[in-house]
Amino acid sequence: MSEKATYRPEGINDAFVEGRAGDAPAAPQGGPGKPAGPNLPTLGWRGMLRWTWRQLTSMRVALMLLMLLAVAAVPGSVLPQRGQDAAAVLEYLGDHPTLGEWLDRFGFFEVYSSVWFSAIYILLFVSLVGCIVPRTIAHARALRNRPPRTPVRFGRFPATARARTSASPDEVVEAVADHLRGPVRRLPTFRVDVGSEEPRLGRPATRTVAAERGYLRETGNLVFHLALLGLLVSVALGQLLHYRGQAIVTEGRGFANAVVDYDTFDKGAWFRPSSLSPFSMTLDSFDSEFASDTVAFAQARDFTAHVTVTEPDGGQHSDQIKVNSPLTVDGAKIYLQGNGFAPEITVKDGAGEMAFSGRVPFLPEDTMYTSRGVVKVPDVSDGQEQIGLVGYFLPTAVVEEDGSARSVFPQPQNPLMVLEVYRGDLGLDDGVPQNVYRLDTASLTPSVDEDGETIKLLVKPGETVELPDGLGTVTLGEEVPRYVALDLRYDPSLGWVLTFSLLALAGLAVSLFTPRRRVWVRSWEATDDDGRSFTHVELAGLARGDDAGLQREVDKALAAVPGVADETDDKTDDDTVAADHQRTATED
Amino acid sequence: MQIAELSVLLVWGAATALTIALVAFAIDLGRRTEARAEAHAEARTPVAVGAASASPSTGDAPPSGGDAVTPVRRRAAGIAMSTTWLGTAMLLVAIVLRGLAAGRTPWANMYEFTLVGSFMALAVFLGMNVRKDFKFLGAFVTGLAVLFLVLGLNVFYVAATGVQPALQNYWLVIHVGVAISATGIFTVAFVASVLQLVRDSRDSGSPYLLRPGFRWLDRVPTPTSLEALSFRLNAVGFVLWTFTIIGGAIWAEHAWGRYWGWDPKEVWSFVIWVVYAAYLHARTTRGWDGRRAAWFVIVGYLCVLFNFTGVNLIFNGKHSYSGLNTDTTGGA
Repeated sequence: MSEKATYRPEGINDAFVEGRAGDAPAAPQGGPGKPAGPNLPTLGWRGMLRWTWRQLTSMRVALMLLMLLAVAAVPGSVLPQRGQDAAAVLEYLGDHPTLGEWLDRFGFFEVYSSVWFSAIYILLFVSLVGCIVPRTIAHARALRNRPPRTPVRFGRFPATARARTSASPDEVVEAVADHLRGPVRRLPTFRVDVGSEEPRLGRPATRTVAAERGYLRETGNLVFHLALLGLLVSVALGQLLHYRGQAIVTEGRGFANAVVDYDTFDKGAWFRPSSLSPFSMTLDSFDSEFASDTVAFAQARDFTAHVTVTEPDGGQHSDQIKVNSPLTVDGAKIYLQGNGFAPEITVKDGAGEMAFSGRVPFLPEDTMYTSRGVVKVPDVSDGQEQIGLVGYFLPTAVVEEDGSARSVFPQPQNPLMVLEVYRGDLGLDDGVPQNVYRLDTASLTPSVDEDGETIKLLVKPGETVELPDGLGTVTLGEEVPRYVALDLRYDPSLGWVLTFSLLALAGLAVSLFTPRRRVWVRSWEATDDDGRSFTHVELAGLARGDDAGLQREVDKALAAVPGVADETDDKTDDDTVAADHQRTATED
Repeated sequence: MQIAELSVLLVWGAATALTIALVAFAIDLGRRTEARAEAHAEARTPVAVGAASASPSTGDAPPSGGDAVTPVRRRAAGIAMSTTWLGTAMLLVAIVLRGLAAGRTPWANMYEFTLVGSFMALAVFLGMNVRKDFKFLGAFVTGLAVLFLVLGLNVFYVAATGVQPALQNYWLVIHVGVAISATGIFTVAFVASVLQLVRDSRDSGSPYLLRPGFRWLDRVPTPTSLEALSFRLNAVGFVLWTFTIIGGAIWAEHAWGRYWGWDPKEVWSFVIWVVYAAYLHARTTRGWDGRRAAWFVIVGYLCVLFNFTGVNLIFNGKHSYSGLNTDTTGGA
């Protein structure tokens, strides 16, 4: 089979008969295995450049780069990455000081923006361009090519068929050409040339058909590679133009789409504040549902944020955001990325002055929404210390006999706040930005009981509890508002990214599944031993690469010949051989 | 919970049927080797086994032209194919029941993925056999399926239940469904490539493989045909995998607010894609086709397996849907 597939008919010298190397037209001549090593000194710098370019655009180098890319992508899944989880990177650096420092130096914590990863894919794309551009030009020329002339002998082709018919040679070529072109005139399956030949090799004058299909195969291949290039460019543009803001919003409150209103804000290098559409949004309410059956107890089932959007023109409308359905406002998408409780906490200091009042988001730490939060209370009256409250909010609290409390369900059925109290200099007056969710207790004094145990205050909604050591009181609001973590993202390139991805997919499918085949037919009049005249038909097929369907294609073309039904045994013989051939193609 | 229990029973039943099929396929592969010698004597009186029957479960030896083996009775092959059909059908029913018990698409955690992935591999194998004889793959495909099913039942099993909000989307059907189909096809292609390498080594005189125990390899198609078979399957698998990645990106854009974030699962899906892309390029590069290209298939399939097992269980990413560990809420 393989021998036959690489059979080189005389007079044809193109991709069909070159074997597979034809897929790498940019490969240097003289075999890619020996890249002209000994000749290097005589090349000169221009020769050197040319040689480098040829190497870079060769299939072998593309292959190496692909392998390198696969290997280079792996560390990013093994080591923590700054873009995904900056805290994990810090933890890793703390755990492995020496190794971590070296890894960091070589960009292993930002693999996908590191120099070496970028170098690989940029080289790969340069190689792609160098390979694809000449191929596109060559293909544009080849698209106008006619099918190659009918070869003189059909004997050694991988797929052949023969038959006798009562129809005339003219009718035969007409019928086969019709069949090969297919039913759609404007989009023929085969490109078909019908011709005639002078008497030759003991044959009388003959009629011939030369047909070729599968021009789309290379088209698909080129579309795929060009679409990848387009994908890269649109992703890069998206990176430059995008912005992304994150905000925590509690029920009844809202935010405006402005840089200052976000807790965190990332933007691309070409971002302009004018691309922030000036709308605002209010969170009316937030609903959550959790499974209460034993199998999946407390597993989340649904989250819905009900919001009111105020458009830049003043119009208002209600909408909702769910986990899988972001809200789109003026091309920006708003995602529901998290939720939790933001209890209303009021602290009065020892002098009875209001020192802190506000909603404090507590971040959930487990499936039961055991949520951790921090309150940093400034010193408003003279002679008072700064107070830090650290603790947990438990939506459905169960207090054990030993005094420890835990949450047993994520919904607020029996809310309880458990707080530890610290006093000292929290650094609130230094003007240094701090993480609002963390309290560094190392330099602070905890409030302890007689046994030296840290005091844990239990506060229920609506209750006011005395802080120890005469620090004042803490009050938990009657209602416990929910908060949602919203993620707003604007990326004008999304449509392009999708378009190029789908183009790549389509091109890939076309290039992999379009068969490239040639079929030739020759037909002439002859007389058998009894002196009766008949028409002789011969077919041959050639495919690019392995093609299990080639023989079937030839058989179908033969079936299109009129008048074969009243056949001699000549045809049946051929059919058996053909069928056998087909099976041996896979069975061998 | 009765439907769910019935589903588990059916999976065990399927694993049993496939084990029988595995043994029968192995016997058939061995017999075919011996049959070569005896073929001439026996086949003088042609026993038209299943020649008239269209049922793929009937073992009809491939008619080969000329002097090759004449059709011989292959009862073991018949048993093997019937039990494979039976096991696959049981598995299908088990998957449907699992979906009914959970009230959703039955491919949302590792256990279910294992079931559907094995089913897809078997379905591809059976589908291929409808038109041509690919029974030589049978022992390996059923073997892998049994291995996966038993692993799934013993290691990955979780009770049937609903899914978290991030998974409640039609993309679960499309993205994961196509990913499983691709995995099933890659599995069969992997078997073909392994056979290609082993057969090729035997042909080129590897002393270990020349021992009589490996005589069955002579009944396996030539390395060239196996390579062609593997390529055709991998081409389909690669297109499906490309779609898996694109579909996943669209879904991620909906659910997580970014189409690509180098989550461990995304990284490994990308690695798989690049490895199979390298395979397609290797096939067309002189000096890299044949054996070397087959190694890409093996590496690619190992990456597929790691992406399914290792990435789900070792790394903590957004795709941690094994259902085996209770992950933190975070809401989405």
